[in-house]
Amino acid sequence: MNKELKIFGVVAFFTLFLYWGVEPYAHSQMHKHVEGHNFVYDGTADIEEAEAKLAIAKESGVKVEKAEATAKAKKEFWASVAKISKLKGDPVAGEAGFAMCSGCHMDGAMNMGGVTPPSLEHAGSLYDKNYLIALVKNPAMASNVDHKYADTAMHPMGSVSSMFPDDQQIADVVAFLKAKKSGELTTKEAFTDACGRCHAMRYAKTSQLGDTPKFKYKKDELKYQVKILEEQDLVKAYMGKLPPDLSIIIRARGEHFLETFVENPQSQLAGTPMPRTGLSEEGYEKVKEYLTEIGDPSKPHREAIGPWVILFFIIFTGLAFLWKKEKWKGHH
Amino acid sequence: MAHFEKANSLNEWMDQRLAVNTIKRVMQTEYWIPKDINFLWAMGMVLAATFGILLVSGIFLLMYYKPDVNLAFDSVNYTIMSEVGFGWLWRHVHGVAASLVFLIIYIHMFTGIYYGSYKKGRELIWLSGMLLFVTFSAEAFSGYMLPWGQMSYWAGMVITNLFSGGSLEAYALVEWIRGDYVPGDAFLTRFFMLHVLLLPLAIIGLIVLHFGTLRLPHVNNQEGAEIDFEEAAELYKNGNHKDSKVIPFSPVFLSKDIFVMGVYFILFFYLVFYHFEFAMDPVNFDPADGLKTPAHIYPEWYFLWSYEILRPFSKDLGLVAFGIAQVIFLALPFLDRSPNVAPASRRGLFHYWFWLMLIDMLVLTFMGKLPPTDALFANIGLVAALLFFALWIALPIITKLEKKL
Amino acid sequence: MSSRRDFMGYALGGFTAVGGIAALYAMKRSWDPLPSVKAAGFTTIDVSLAQPNVLNVEKWRGKPIFVLKKTADMKADDRDVVVGSDRFHISIGLCTHLGCIPAYLADEMKFKCACHGGEFDSSGHQIFGPPPSPLEVPPFKVDGTKIVLGEAGPEYKKMLDAGLTV
Repeated sequence: MNKELKIFGVVAFFTLFLYWGVEPYAHSQMHKHVEGHNFVYDGTADIEEAEAKLAIAKESGVKVEKAEATAKAKKEFWASVAKISKLKGDPVAGEAGFAMCSGCHMDGAMNMGGVTPPSLEHAGSLYDKNYLIALVKNPAMASNVDHKYADTAMHPMGSVSSMFPDDQQIADVVAFLKAKKSGELTTKEAFTDACGRCHAMRYAKTSQLGDTPKFKYKKDELKYQVKILEEQDLVKAYMGKLPPDLSIIIRARGEHFLETFVENPQSQLAGTPMPRTGLSEEGYEKVKEYLTEIGDPSKPHREAIGPWVILFFIIFTGLAFLWKKEKWKGHH
Repeated sequence: MAHFEKANSLNEWMDQRLAVNTIKRVMQTEYWIPKDINFLWAMGMVLAATFGILLVSGIFLLMYYKPDVNLAFDSVNYTIMSEVGFGWLWRHVHGVAASLVFLIIYIHMFTGIYYGSYKKGRELIWLSGMLLFVTFSAEAFSGYMLPWGQMSYWAGMVITNLFSGGSLEAYALVEWIRGDYVPGDAFLTRFFMLHVLLLPLAIIGLIVLHFGTLRLPHVNNQEGAEIDFEEAAELYKNGNHKDSKVIPFSPVFLSKDIFVMGVYFILFFYLVFYHFEFAMDPVNFDPADGLKTPAHIYPEWYFLWSYEILRPFSKDLGLVAFGIAQVIFLALPFLDRSPNVAPASRRGLFHYWFWLMLIDMLVLTFMGKLPPTDALFANIGLVAALLFFALWIALPIITKLEKKL
Repeated sequence: MSSRRDFMGYALGGFTAVGGIAALYAMKRSWDPLPSVKAAGFTTIDVSLAQPNVLNVEKWRGKPIFVLKKTADMKADDRDVVVGSDRFHISIGLCTHLGCIPAYLADEMKFKCACHGGEFDSSGHQIFGPPPSPLEVPPFKVDGTKIVLGEAGPEYKKMLDAGLTV
């Protein structure tokens, strides 16, 4: 009996060793661990990245001036965001400011320069305050895609800062969003607002245009397909390639990757055109819940049944052991 | 017409027509197994049970899977995973079982090597077993193609490219295997055929052969001792269970088997419900895209040691090494020149050979997963691959020098 | 050989059988029609734009469905589906003789089946030829100006009870 336990120990040891090498160890070598910043948008991550790039530039001697300028600009930008954040925003005054936003951010909005402006109905509950301030001040910097806009094109929202020349106005409009556009929203609404204008979800039957309706006639169905393709072409041109369908992204990338990626896409895929979304922690939780609903729908069922199946086999093993003991009586 | 009397029971009626009592004696109650064995001897039954699980879960997947490059991915990841009642369960069970079956195969294989269960009359057991390993490998590979994710596509691309034979540049052969220039619909449907029909039939046939080759030599025991099975059987049948060196397959051996299976199923279902990513790699949850190679491609863990033998060498040398590695285990009964049937611990240098081989294959497995661009990993891989061949060359020498026990 | 009952064996066998039944249940559920298939078993028809004496053919569970808005001079029938102030004849468009799809002749306000000459009136009653029974009324529910096929509403249940349809 002791000998068998020893043999089992040896087999278990090598099995666990094998598992360790092939899974946790190998994956740690293939994917360097990325730390998130808990959905705090104060520029720490951005400035760190810029300084890392500066260090590399200094070593190679290439584009040092540009790297220096970028690092400096980021530090100044996030410092100014912090300053605005300290101001007391007046939601009443902010309402007038918001009227300017509604020009583009409205129901049935058209595609503008490659992307359809998202609904701001729940912007207060979805997005982080500092991020919203940063977004109005300089959308490319705020969403950490300024490397895309450096020399040529302007961000579709680039002209917004000229509508809010005074820092107090920015504080006011963000205060308005936080006060008046902070209702409860469903997980699906969170996804649609924050992600849906670029990412389709065929398993949820949504495209960049929203829910795909059911059509009675094939001709109408095909006409709508063409509309989707045209919108996708616009997004593709804006982004460089079509943002992937997120139907099972939760299983394809895992929770940790997605959390750090959504908070700061550059941290996981350097150079990506995906903008930072500025989701607050609660906002992201809602989005994550929706991604899990669509991408891993069997999870609740799995977690409900699992303990019972395992318990069944524990009892089975116990009964089997007792039966074995009986059959082997008198054999040893 | 043979003479038939009226039967007095259902059992007697069946026995008159199908000899069920004889079958029961021959296959169960008087199929003699040595008593001096440990739980590792149950791995064969655990494999049979796992194969059965793969068949049953496969049947339900087969009801909804669509073997078409445009439909396959969603038929698995949408229809089966979210629409079919318990579809997710069959998929998880099938994926975990496909991975665990190889863990048990390797344990089963190394048990056989350790105790010398491939020698002196048992060569065909070993050969049929190794053929089962090869067939299971082909079954696993063909199955992995079916979800048509990124890993399916690129594994298909890389492995079929091997058939170009390096400098032979047999691209026509590669295209013939694929049925197309690149892995596409023709490729998918033929591997579907292999996975669902041809290979399972071959496996079942080989299992029958494997059982058949086991009968005359009998199952081995922990000391490798030769047993007079007739004498031991007589002792047992006379009621002397304690002194007899054998036990009947049913119910005595089977009762321990079932206990071991219970322990196995606890682990198995824990993995199915809570810890399955090793068996369902996230990379395969991206739909196949022939225009985008994933950052990291690697085979399933059970192929890694053999994949790593391919990598450190130049193209042609690597292919030759890879080819040899696939078949060298078949030669084991003939490369082992010692007549001793005994556990490795009693076989002098062979004991070291065994553990070195095991550790070497583990190291090869780890290196096979890691990116080859890292210099340290590449060097370790090269050393491990060379050691593998050194061990096989050393085997006939050390076993020839082995003292007869 | 011991002739004692193998209680432990029976216990193990019985417990295993319980597990087996659970597994069989899961297998049965896998065989069930998929939710998307069952959902497709309900078709909603909007009759607000229907024209009198113009036959609309919809699809429900793979079968053709006749939707005919009755004119003022078409006889009212207990099998009519009443939506607001309009009366509709709604039936499964398969001849009750051998299953062909009858054509609607608007001038004569009747259905005529090409296969064996059977005829039905504008309320679906068989009036000539081999058909043994009236056109079947599918389960329906009135929802404002919409009719949901596949759902048995109170009006449909009344027809069933009165033996007006099967």
